[in-house]
Amino acid sequence: MRGGLRLDGHKSRPLEQPVIVAAPPRTAVVALDQGSGEDARPLVTPGATVRVGTRVAAGRGGSADLHSPVSGVLREITVLPTPQGTGRCLVIDADGRDELDPGIAPFDWQALEGAALIERLDAGGIAGLGGAAFPAAAKLATGREAGVDRLLLNGAECEPWICCDDALMRERAGDVVLGARVMLAACGAARATIAVEDDKPQAIAALEAAVAVCGDDRVEVLALPAVFPLGAEGPLIAAVTGREVPHDGLPPQVGVVCQNVGTAAAVARLVRDGMPCIARVVTVTGSGVRRPANIEARIGTPITELVAACDGYTDAPSPRHLIAGGSLTGRALATDAAGLTKGLNCVLVATADDLPPRGPEMPCIRCGDCATACPAGLLPQQLHRAARSDDADGLARFGLADCIECGCCDYVCPSAIPLTARFRAARARHRQHEEQRRRATEARARYDRHQQRIGAEAERERQAFEDARRRARDGAERSEPRSDASSGPDRD
Amino acid sequence: MNTGNLLPAVAAVAVLALLLGAALGWIASILRSNPGALVERIDALLPQTQCGRCLYPGCRPYAQAIAAGEADIDRCPPGGETTVRALATLLDRPPRPLNPRYGVTLPPRVAVIDEARCIGCTRCLPACPVDAIVGASRSMHTVIAPQCTGCELCLPPCPVDCIAMVPISAPAVAAVGNARFASETA
Repeated sequence: MRGGLRLDGHKSRPLEQPVIVAAPPRTAVVALDQGSGEDARPLVTPGATVRVGTRVAAGRGGSADLHSPVSGVLREITVLPTPQGTGRCLVIDADGRDELDPGIAPFDWQALEGAALIERLDAGGIAGLGGAAFPAAAKLATGREAGVDRLLLNGAECEPWICCDDALMRERAGDVVLGARVMLAACGAARATIAVEDDKPQAIAALEAAVAVCGDDRVEVLALPAVFPLGAEGPLIAAVTGREVPHDGLPPQVGVVCQNVGTAAAVARLVRDGMPCIARVVTVTGSGVRRPANIEARIGTPITELVAACDGYTDAPSPRHLIAGGSLTGRALATDAAGLTKGLNCVLVATADDLPPRGPEMPCIRCGDCATACPAGLLPQQLHRAARSDDADGLARFGLADCIECGCCDYVCPSAIPLTARFRAARARHRQHEEQRRRATEARARYDRHQQRIGAEAERERQAFEDARRRARDGAERSEPRSDASSGPDRD
Repeated sequence: MNTGNLLPAVAAVAVLALLLGAALGWIASILRSNPGALVERIDALLPQTQCGRCLYPGCRPYAQAIAAGEADIDRCPPGGETTVRALATLLDRPPRPLNPRYGVTLPPRVAVIDEARCIGCTRCLPACPVDAIVGASRSMHTVIAPQCTGCELCLPPCPVDCIAMVPISAPAVAAVGNARFASETA
């Protein structure tokens, strides 16, 4: 692998105990955008009664179906804080009975194949639990069309602090392997590789035991060196298969479908119990909570309840940062009221001890450390220069589109330049610019049509006026032919 | 000093100059992009607000005026400094500040009709250069917000002053920043 960093994992404390199963929330706040950036379309109206597993929103391409995580009544659909910022959420008041939807039943996946199986996974609302929350069924379908030969299960989990996949693989290796076999049947690949970093020996042992139990020799476990950001899709595919995904392409183009191990476990739950994706394992960690733990919680569980399951916040007086995700690629959470989403793998309650404050930003000294660390093979110092001067051409030329926002460059920067934040901002500006350009094109077309219509109207009016005048003249000529004839000779 | 020897050299240089000049002129006439293409390229840089603040009746007429050398590039307040700079680069001229005579740059806004006060006179309909207002005589009118360019041309014709310009809320992308730099983005 190119670039990357070897980092202190900070993963031992949550792994001291098994996964805690959190109680269903009293009020579930289910974001319509579960992390993929696209809202699902709500199918229920406020006041509707729902049960566990009732389909409450339909996916539309970039988002998966959503199912109610609790039984109760939908209170409202409103804009609330989410792990991504703010967004529309379904607020469901639980009735505490936790009744299952009558439609929930296991199915025989071995009798299904290809498109039929993918359809079932789609209906189960399976989304990428690694963080992107992109519908797994859509990925498998593109993989099947492209005729991929390899299913890659991502259990690398390279980012510091996050260890929910590690805990899941240790305790539910059987689910991961079952999910892998189901997804093999769905995408038509010949081989499944579960890639795990070698700092998780217990997970690797558990997975190998599970593979031996099921006796499916198409599934293999592969140990990889623990380097950040090996768990990102592109670097992982390159490390396992040696193939590089083209910068404007997708993994199926190089014959690979990549899924998270948590997604595989969710698939196993769907086929075994018929239960759609309504829960996930999430790491709640950092020095700001009393007992860091991995928690299996329903989607929509407010983060306050997750923290409460960890015995609450510590009394440390130092300022706390609430971060969704790990310390390198995570995003600041404004509030702990947001509900758990399919894409949220870690809640990091960091104190000043965990994240030492950064020094003041200093000028770039062109040391090139960022370029050495960049796993995407970019030149962050050049990108930074282009971003500062808002040079769209330069940003495109130095490959801003290929930045995976892993944060390696600003981790190594001796001048403490917040490079990744700048690149994110530059991307946002670029999107805004594109939007403006799209609107301008539309306005130009509408203006042209407006002008054409005004012109045509004026032309019609002129024509009508001309016609009227001609008719009036003709009429006058016809009504007084005699006087015309008599006046003619007079003039002569 | 024999000046007679100089004559052939002078003549040769003169002939050469004439020939090269003719060749240059010919090449220039070929390479001169047709004025229509230049207008298109200028028009592509203008914000298409169609507001007429440049005193031309729309972005394309202003583009034609710039291409013809009749108007300077500093007359587009909605485009702001960015547009002036882009135009300067395209036309290979030194960039210059926006001329305040034609207005100042404001954050993007859209027109909103106070529907309770609208009397349905339809006077704002033809004024809208992008047909973004819907309505009929004695019926309430409304602005199709995604298509409104914020040109303000509908304000003067309204007899009851029921149209207001409201800022578009900026997309919330920048609101969420990298956690490690919360101080910078907060």
